[in-house]
Formats: sequence, structure tokens, C-alpha cells
Amino acid sequence: MGKANARKTVPAAGWAVMLAIVLAVAPAWAAQDEGVSATEVKIGSLEPYSGSASSYGAVGIAMGAYFKKINGEGGVNGRKINYITYDSAYSPPRMVEMARRLVEQDHVLAIVGSIGTPVNTAIWKYMNDRKVPQLFVTTGATKWGDPKGHPWTIGWMPTYQSEGRVYARYILDHIPDAKIGILYQNDDYGKDYVVGFKDGLGEKGRKLIVREQTYETSDPTIDSQIVNLKNSGANVFFNVTIPKYASQAIKKAYEIGWHPVHFLNNVSNSVKIVLEPAGLEASKGLITTEFVIDPADPRYQNEPGFKEYMAVMREYDPQGDPYDQFNVWGYTVAQLFIRTLKQCGKDVSRANLMRQAANLHDLRLPLLIPGIVINTSPTDFYPIKQLHLAKFDGKRWVLFGKLYDTSKMHR
Amino acid sequence: MQTFVAQVISGLSTGGIYASIALALVLIYQSTGLVNFAQGEMAMFTTYMAWSMLNAGWGYWPAFVGACLFAFALGFGLERLVIRPLETAPELALVIVTIGLLTIFNSVAGWIYTYTIKPFPSPFPAAPIKVGFMVLNPQDLGVVGVTLLMLALIYLFFHSTRLGLAMRAVVENPVSSRLVGIRVSWMLALGWGMAAVVGAVAGLMVAPLVFLEPNMMGGVLIYAFASATLGGFSSAGGAVVGGFVMGILENLTGTYITLVGTKLKLTVALAVIVLVLLIKPTGLFGRAAVRRV
Repeated sequence: MGKANARKTVPAAGWAVMLAIVLAVAPAWAAQDEGVSATEVKIGSLEPYSGSASSYGAVGIAMGAYFKKINGEGGVNGRKINYITYDSAYSPPRMVEMARRLVEQDHVLAIVGSIGTPVNTAIWKYMNDRKVPQLFVTTGATKWGDPKGHPWTIGWMPTYQSEGRVYARYILDHIPDAKIGILYQNDDYGKDYVVGFKDGLGEKGRKLIVREQTYETSDPTIDSQIVNLKNSGANVFFNVTIPKYASQAIKKAYEIGWHPVHFLNNVSNSVKIVLEPAGLEASKGLITTEFVIDPADPRYQNEPGFKEYMAVMREYDPQGDPYDQFNVWGYTVAQLFIRTLKQCGKDVSRANLMRQAANLHDLRLPLLIPGIVINTSPTDFYPIKQLHLAKFDGKRWVLFGKLYDTSKMHR
Repeated sequence: MQTFVAQVISGLSTGGIYASIALALVLIYQSTGLVNFAQGEMAMFTTYMAWSMLNAGWGYWPAFVGACLFAFALGFGLERLVIRPLETAPELALVIVTIGLLTIFNSVAGWIYTYTIKPFPSPFPAAPIKVGFMVLNPQDLGVVGVTLLMLALIYLFFHSTRLGLAMRAVVENPVSSRLVGIRVSWMLALGWGMAAVVGAVAGLMVAPLVFLEPNMMGGVLIYAFASATLGGFSSAGGAVVGGFVMGILENLTGTYITLVGTKLKLTVALAVIVLVLLIKPTGLFGRAAVRRV
């Protein structure tokens, strides 16, 4: 980009030709950021391969599988992807240590797709101080969309707040006599959801909330909270809980005969990990949102993009379960990175990588729900802003209603 | 009123969980004079053993007995291999060893079984029992009943058997006990084994309610400590009462005291520990340790 501009503005005079050469070469020097050579692009990711959140580790492995496929096809613009991934253990201090290792010893161009809000928060300032891209962090926290304060960090998933707005919109449109009870985890994640939800309900709609309950991750059970929500007379339940407590809430509500319209945050909508332990019968009728496809859904089986995913998983990640949603996430974030890298053209630098990440237009990726497109701009660091509602039919999530575009909902 | 009754019932059932682990804590304290921080994790680990046996096709009761035997061997073995070499070490060293065991069991369980939650079968019927507007969960009633049963067995053991008497004597005065012919170190190992069995039963009762996962006992242990402190570490019955009181107290303060709400429930447990230690360190039912000097 810099090259073309420089050439255009140069007059024919001899001294200016000299200047032109200098100008033309300068971006080429700038392009020699760490982590890039003529034959490779070195990037890193930090994922929890051990510890309590190790099931998320699938994200990092699936990313690697997709990069292997890309390398097998010759890489991007002649450069192969040198992908280094370390264990974050979902521990903030370890995350900092490993991020420093990637940046200062391995000299990566960028850290891509690392999962987890607390761990990414721990390296947020470091990455921005060092001006190393913290690309497409895999978490739904709203704070990653801060191009002014943190121009080197960008997320990719729909935010918790926007998901909260979708449920609010649905309630306002379809449940006029709603009396809403909320259960949420008492931390950033839980509060983010509730902020978006209340915002979506608006001044009037907020009066529909009859009871709010919280829990701590140290609570052995949340029975007491569910009992309170039931006795508040709520007929709508907004359930903002992590998998273990989501299972407990679904089971307990069913046992004590409370049958509200039950909205379950998509953090915990895994059939295998959450709904099966809670009981499939008790889970019937749950409503959630989705933005990536369910690999078990028969209607996608013949789509070329889906078949490619299955083939890549089979060949490069044979131990991974292709039906595990985290593999779908990892595969998708890897594709997003490759598309961004291609868009960088010849100027593969940290600055241009961020510029292109904020310059994606109507990008469609095969594992996103049909209709969802990725859009970013220098002032919009939220790549995916659309969500689809889904209802559990006793076996799997079935899409229903319409696709919600949260960028068009008031903030 | 309906809310009040429902919260008391729910408090009794979570209280049953606290009481069952508190009972194991008190048992090991009574039989060895030691507080075992790994008690909850040992219970969790033996519950995983039962889960493995169930997965291998065993019936519920064979797996139950199998887990109890495994727990006894585990507790007994730990005392012989890990605690015994530190017999003469200061108490603080033993405390640190049990904390080390806590993290080891937690990590090993995560390593072997992963951290995703697993449903665990219950020996009690699944259908809730409705009494008026109250809904009782048979599993909750089962936890309370089994805890009381274990308490009765422990009481009988310590007060009506020679072995129980010998174990009490060992804690009271190891030197004299040895002189009258009691094998002190075996008694201590026996205490560890028995406490592990009580923990295993607790784990098997709790797992259907909270789901089986390596951190299942993390929160429970704090409440169990509060319960044991409240009831008195030297009184098994006190610890059980303490457990039920904690469960109900936690629910009622969370529901009716806005300042506490659901956000400060754990703080209530910690406040109870501090208050009891300040005002009546022996707990409600405990005896002060008297020593002739």
C-alpha cells in the first residue's frame, strides 16, 4: 500500500526518483517485523492444556490442524505458518510468563486465538505496550472492543452483552407477561451478560425483572437461589452460569416443578457437557443462541466447507472430537486469521495485521451459522455481531426465529 | 412463609452435605488429633473410584462397597507412608503435608478423569416427594439420613467397643496407651482409614446432587470446616448439628438479609469460624482440652 502511494506522488525529476526509491524501500524495512521472513510467519497461541479449563485446550489444537492444512497447500503468499502453542493452564501468572516467552524469545508476529477472559486480561496491557497484536481472543467479554485504549487487541466472538440483548429483544417481542428471574455468576462474565440484558430490556422492560440471584464458584450448590427464583413468581429464567451450575440449575428447577421459559447463556449450551448430566428431559424447551454450527446437525453434512472441516480434523487432529464445539471455534478462528493474513498482501507487519483485522467486510466462514458475516472497521472491533436463537428439542439444538443483528440494537 | 420453609428444607439438604464431610474431619481429629485438609479431596477421589467401577459394569452396591474398601486402604496407606515418617515433626509440617495431599488428589483426578462434570447415580428414587406445597428430593433426604446413620455408628464404635476405647485412649495419652499394650501407630492408621471411609460415603451421597468433578469438594470443605468449628472439633454430634445449622443459616441470611444476599454467603461461613474461635473456641458442643501439668 505504502509503495503504490509513494510511486504515485513522485514527480519525474531525478532527485525525486532517489526519494522515491527511499520511500519505496522504507515500507519494506518496516515489513521486516519480528516473526516474518521470506518463507514463514511465526505466530503463537496460549491455551489451557492442563488445569480446570483444559477442555478448552481443543481450540489450540484445532487451530494447529488448520494451519497444517494451509502449510500443506504451500502457505500464504509463499510463507508457511510456524505455529507455536503453549499451555496457559488458565492461570493469569502463567499466561504472562508464556506470553513473554512467545514475544521476547520466540519473537512471534502475533498471538492468535487464545481462550479465556482472565488470562487474556493478564496480558492485555503487556501486548499493547509492546505493540504486538493480541488477535482474535476467544472470549465473549465486551472489553476487547476498545480500539482507542487497546488498539493491539481484538476479539472475534459475539460479546456476552450482545447475547444478553438478543434474549431481551426476544422477551419484549414474544413474552408480554414476562416476570423475569436472573441467576448470574458474581464476576465480570456474569455482570457483562446482565448489563447487556438490562440494556436490551430498556427502561420499561427492566421492571419485568422480579428477582436477581448470584452465586460464587465456591458455592457447592445453587439450590437456595433456584428456590428463591421459583418463589418470586418468575415465569422467565435468564440463566447465566458456567457448565457445572447450569446443569444443577436445569436439574433443580425441573425437580421442584418450576417450568419457566428458560434462557441459557451459550457459554453452557453443550449438549454433552451440560444437558446430558442435567437430564435431556429436564432440558427440553431450553432457549440459547448460537453463532457456529452444530457439527452433528444433519443439514450441514453435505456442505463443502463442513466436509473440509471433517477432513482436516480426521487428517491433522485425529484424537480430537470433531463434534466438540471447541474444535469448531479453533478451526474458525484459524480461518479468520488466514483470511486476515491473505488480506495483508505483501506487507506482513504487526501494524498492517491490525489494520487488516479492522478492515474485514462481509466475510463469510463455513462453520458460522448461515447468514452470519464478519465485519470490522477501525472503530468497530467486534467481528461477529449476529446471533441465532435455538431451542432444545430433547436431542439437539434446533434453530428458530430469526437471525439477530446486535449492532442494530441500541447500546 | 412458603419461601421460608423451602429455604429451611434446602438448607437442611446442603447442611447434610456439610455435615457429612465435617463428620469425617472430626473423626480424624478425634482419632489422631490432626486436622486433615485433604479430607474433601480424598472423598472426591474415592467417588471417582466408584464411578470407574460403575463404568466397568459393577452394580451400585458392589461399587459402593468397593469404594469404601478402597477408601480404607487409601487412608490407612497414607498414614503409614506419608504421615507416619513425620510422627515427631511439628504439627505445622503435618498441616502442610495434608494441604499438599489436597492439591495432589485434585490434580491427579483432573489428569485421569478430566474436569468435565459427570452425572453420578443415586441409590434413592428420583421422583420428588410432594408434601403440601413442599417438594422433597429423596436424594436430599438420603444425605441427611445417611449422615445421621454414620453418626450413630461412630458413636457406638467409640463408646461401646474395645477398639473404639483404645483409639480414644491413644489420642488422650499415647505414652500410657503404649504402656498398657495398645499399638498406638496402628490405631492412628485405623483412624485415617475410618475417616476416609466416612468421607467416601459422603462423596457417594453428595455426587448425585452437585455432579462429580475434581473441584466438587472445594467449596464444601470450607463450609465443613465452619460446621466442625461451630459444633466443636471434639464432638461428632456437634459437627453434624453444626453442618445443618450452617446450611440453614447460609440460606436464610442469603434470602432475608439484603446486606448479605447471595453475594456474601461464603463470608457468613468464614465469619462463623472467626466468631466461634473468638467467643467459644471449643465450639458449641466441644470439651475444652484439659491437661494436667
